[in-house]
Amino acid sequence: MLTREGATKAPRFKAGDRVRVRVALPAGHCRTPAYIRGKSGTVEALHGVFRNPESLAYGGDGLPKQPLYLVRFAQREVWGGYGGAPQDQLLVDLYEHWLEPT
Amino acid sequence: MPQIHDRGGRPDAGPVDRTEHERAMWEKRTDALLVLLQGKRLMRTDELRRAIEGLGPGDYERLGYYERWITAIEQVMVEKGILTREEIDARVKALEAEKRC
Repeated sequence: MLTREGATKAPRFKAGDRVRVRVALPAGHCRTPAYIRGKSGTVEALHGVFRNPESLAYGGDGLPKQPLYLVRFAQREVWGGYGGAPQDQLLVDLYEHWLEPT
Repeated sequence: MPQIHDRGGRPDAGPVDRTEHERAMWEKRTDALLVLLQGKRLMRTDELRRAIEGLGPGDYERLGYYERWITAIEQVMVEKGILTREEIDARVKALEAEKRC
């Protein structure tokens, strides 16, 4: 995918792909909540490609841009002992470098 | 252990306070200040978030929503050399003297 700010590689995932969120504890700013790390879900949609907030937060240019996905998780798989309805879902926006295929 | 701002799923966080209140003028000005700084390309939302997350557990819990914002904005302005801490302190003193804040 070519963007105005430079070349960005094609998105790695598409809707329906199963993905797992990387387990990492970065010292700096990131947009991936701790509770979702290590959990597996399904890509719902690609939002687009955006400058990386982990670089922008420190005055960087945020390049290369990162694909941002909407990922669907089953609440039962996210929370141990989840007491809600079994069909409850959780949708989280996640950048591609936080995802790996399962 | 997640950082202090990363609160999802924390069992000790208690219920979410959903009460609404009228914003004070200084809160509206703080919001407008960030919009202006973004427009002049002096600061990004990501920098605001990073500075707020870096407040440390004590200040993060003690400060209100826009108090976190203005503290973070000051910090980023000082980091970037746009303002000095002395300039900010002197201006606050002058405004206090005029009883405007």
